[in-house]
Amino acid sequence: MLDEPQEQAEGSLTVYVISEHSSLLPQDMMSYIGPKRTAVVRGIMHREAFNIIGRRIVQVAQAMSLTEDVLAAALADHLPEDKWSAEKRRPLKSSLGYEITFSLLNPDPKSHDVHWDIEGAVRRYVQPFLNALSAAGNFSVDSQILYYAMLGVNPRFDSASSSYYLDMHNLPHVINPVESRLGSSAASLYPVLNFLLYVPELAHSPLYIQDKDGAPVATNAFHSPRWGGIMVYNVDSKTYNASVLPVRVKVDMVRVMEVFLAQLRLLFGIAQPQVPPKCLLSGPKSEGLMTWELDRLLWARSVENLATATTTLTSLAQLLGKISNIVIKDDVASEVYRAVAAVQKSAEELASGHLASAFVASQEAVTSSERAFFDPLLPVSLCGMDCLFFCPISQHSTLMH
Amino acid sequence: MAAAMPLALLVLLLLGRKGWCLAEPPRDSLREELVITPLPSGDVAATFQFRTRWDSELQREGDTDHYFLRYAVLPREVVCTENLTPWKKLLPCSSKAGLSVLLKADRLFHTSYHSQAVHIRPVCRNARCTSISWELRQTLSVVFDAFITGQGKKDWSLFRMFSRTLTEPCPLASESRVYVDITNYNQDNETLEVNPPPTTTYQDVILGTRKIYAIYDLLDTAMINNSRNLNIQLKWKRPPENEAPPVPFLHAQRYVSGYGLQKGELSTLLYNTHPYRAFPVLLLDTVPWYLRLYVHTLTITSKGKENKPSYIHYQPAQDRLQPHLLEMLIQLPANSVTKVSIQFERALLKWTEYTPDPNHGFYVSPSVLSALVPSVVAAKPVDWEESPLFNSLFPVSDGSNYFVRLYTEPLLVNLPTPDFSMPYNVICLTCTVVAVCYGSFYNLLTRTFHIEEPRTGGLAKRLANLIRRARGVPPL
Repeated sequence: MLDEPQEQAEGSLTVYVISEHSSLLPQDMMSYIGPKRTAVVRGIMHREAFNIIGRRIVQVAQAMSLTEDVLAAALADHLPEDKWSAEKRRPLKSSLGYEITFSLLNPDPKSHDVHWDIEGAVRRYVQPFLNALSAAGNFSVDSQILYYAMLGVNPRFDSASSSYYLDMHNLPHVINPVESRLGSSAASLYPVLNFLLYVPELAHSPLYIQDKDGAPVATNAFHSPRWGGIMVYNVDSKTYNASVLPVRVKVDMVRVMEVFLAQLRLLFGIAQPQVPPKCLLSGPKSEGLMTWELDRLLWARSVENLATATTTLTSLAQLLGKISNIVIKDDVASEVYRAVAAVQKSAEELASGHLASAFVASQEAVTSSERAFFDPLLPVSLCGMDCLFFCPISQHSTLMH
Repeated sequence: MAAAMPLALLVLLLLGRKGWCLAEPPRDSLREELVITPLPSGDVAATFQFRTRWDSELQREGDTDHYFLRYAVLPREVVCTENLTPWKKLLPCSSKAGLSVLLKADRLFHTSYHSQAVHIRPVCRNARCTSISWELRQTLSVVFDAFITGQGKKDWSLFRMFSRTLTEPCPLASESRVYVDITNYNQDNETLEVNPPPTTTYQDVILGTRKIYAIYDLLDTAMINNSRNLNIQLKWKRPPENEAPPVPFLHAQRYVSGYGLQKGELSTLLYNTHPYRAFPVLLLDTVPWYLRLYVHTLTITSKGKENKPSYIHYQPAQDRLQPHLLEMLIQLPANSVTKVSIQFERALLKWTEYTPDPNHGFYVSPSVLSALVPSVVAAKPVDWEESPLFNSLFPVSDGSNYFVRLYTEPLLVNLPTPDFSMPYNVICLTCTVVAVCYGSFYNLLTRTFHIEEPRTGGLAKRLANLIRRARGVPPL
């Protein structure tokens, strides 16, 4: 709609105020939020013009930038329980990278011969999204197909729709039995996000997920914060007409990737923006991520990293205060100095609005503080075998008196 | 428990062996096989093989082939279900369908021999080897003892061995078969009866001898439909004549000799029992660094005469970094015993490197012998893809010999261990001696003697004396 001017600096926001009767925006819309850190607000000729325009700008800025609840979600681990509502979703913890695993679960290979073009789908849909998110960390993607992997819950039969359903209360029990077969969390440096596509067995087809009102969920999928998501893919009943088992099932990757990408956004804490009234929100670019959403994520991550680094350093100081005879190696000490310097630098950069360097400094602060904390410390004992030498002498001399 | 045979878990990664691929292999995904061999002693051996193959996008330029060999071995591993469970997880239909339902840990470890292996290797897809497929082969061999597992009875069945029977094939397998070795018992049903009677047999030259196998194909719908499950039974009609099993043409033994904890000698005996053919053997030895080998004492003798190897490669050990590596190509004369011996000295380790007190000692990994053994019966070169899996792990293009890789037994040596209770003893003794001497001397020097007047007794004594005077008894 609007021609974007030069690239905006990270963390910045540009708002254009246009005249009241301009035709750039549709007549009834007061503001527009663009995909790349720009917004347009309609001006007004009025006595209170400055106040009204100011309010509109503030609303737009709040929709696009860091607000209190984003901060609260980021600091969820550090806030005491009463201040934080436990029902709110927790986003993923900040980490240097993530490993994303797509798994196809086929519990009934006798009936379904499932094929999915996961490589093409990852290349076309997932990789652009991850490239847009690359500032937030390193991502690696892999996929697998698991056979005879059952969900741990028996679905119930609903005679009204002659289909099977999984109740909302059963969903937490679904993940555990499958998790032992997924197998990637032990061998990776980074936290793992699992996305499972489950093709239900012939005896339990079709299978729907019901929400708390009893209506089937539109996408037939659910996700678990900090773990990943599961989607149930029902085979079209028309394919069974041939009645030769196993039937060949070709998975519609577009439908599947829509759901998984939406879940990936939610897992990262990129929520749907709170659009102010009479505001036109432009759709995201083809990657699925608007630039100012990435900025918000980086801000939240920087704050979370700073909180983690300061907590770690404080714990280390307290620990060292309690144990008096610990020898600290030189490199541990230099890590502590580096962590403190990085925390200070990151805070300064955040205050002056340089988001990219603040984020990098905050990551360095976390890495250095963790390295310092988890380094094996050597206790030096001042009273050891030497005590044995002196004890008998003191005992003997007291006896003789 | 499987106490007799320690487990040598070996994963060999070989990149780029051009000579092993023949024609272009078709794209199959999973093949599984079970071979059951009844032994003349009444025991029965069972070997599972699972092969998974998948195509790789790795395109290799024709000229760059690098040979990388990494060899790692763990001489002693106590075998338990923790070894079997991750192994089973690699199978697509693990424990639910096909031959893998028979893999029950409590029966598989109640055997007198247990061996598991995983082989991963690239396989060329075309003659010039520009595109490759990866092959994952898993093998598991067990020997069920007639007396321990069979409780003295010599009749075997799948249910008796594995406590399960076969019900359905794995839907992902392109081939799922059970082979029973009926070589010596095919002519008549007088010695061994196999139930249900097989519909097809397979004949081939395996490891130099002609063998006949009965085939049970799980993918054949007629097989399973009759009784819903397949329980192969072996019944000995007549007790087998306890003939000794034929001695293989190549076998080996290894032992440590010597006395004391300073020196020793490591000897390997290689037996060639072929009546008239001599053949070369490649011997690979990795000896840990704490057995310091003296290579100038390496002697190889066959039939009393010295035998000079045609190729020797020796890499000396570096303390705590790498072990000794000795590789030799030795020509074994026909019908002879060749003895390879080398002397060593045992090293003293640093005090933190010793294992805790209740230990066996230190293990020395087995040596590996690789040879192309001439076979008595000439085999016609079969199509590698069509032949069963147990015949194609080491395929050879020429039918007059077959490839064999043998592992000798691992060895156990003791290293000179210092007495770790001595520091405590020394401290106790020294402290006691010093305390006694110093204490006595100090007392002599500083003790002073005073004379004390005996005090008159207290009130109680005076009262007692009063009563005594009254009684007329002498006072206290």
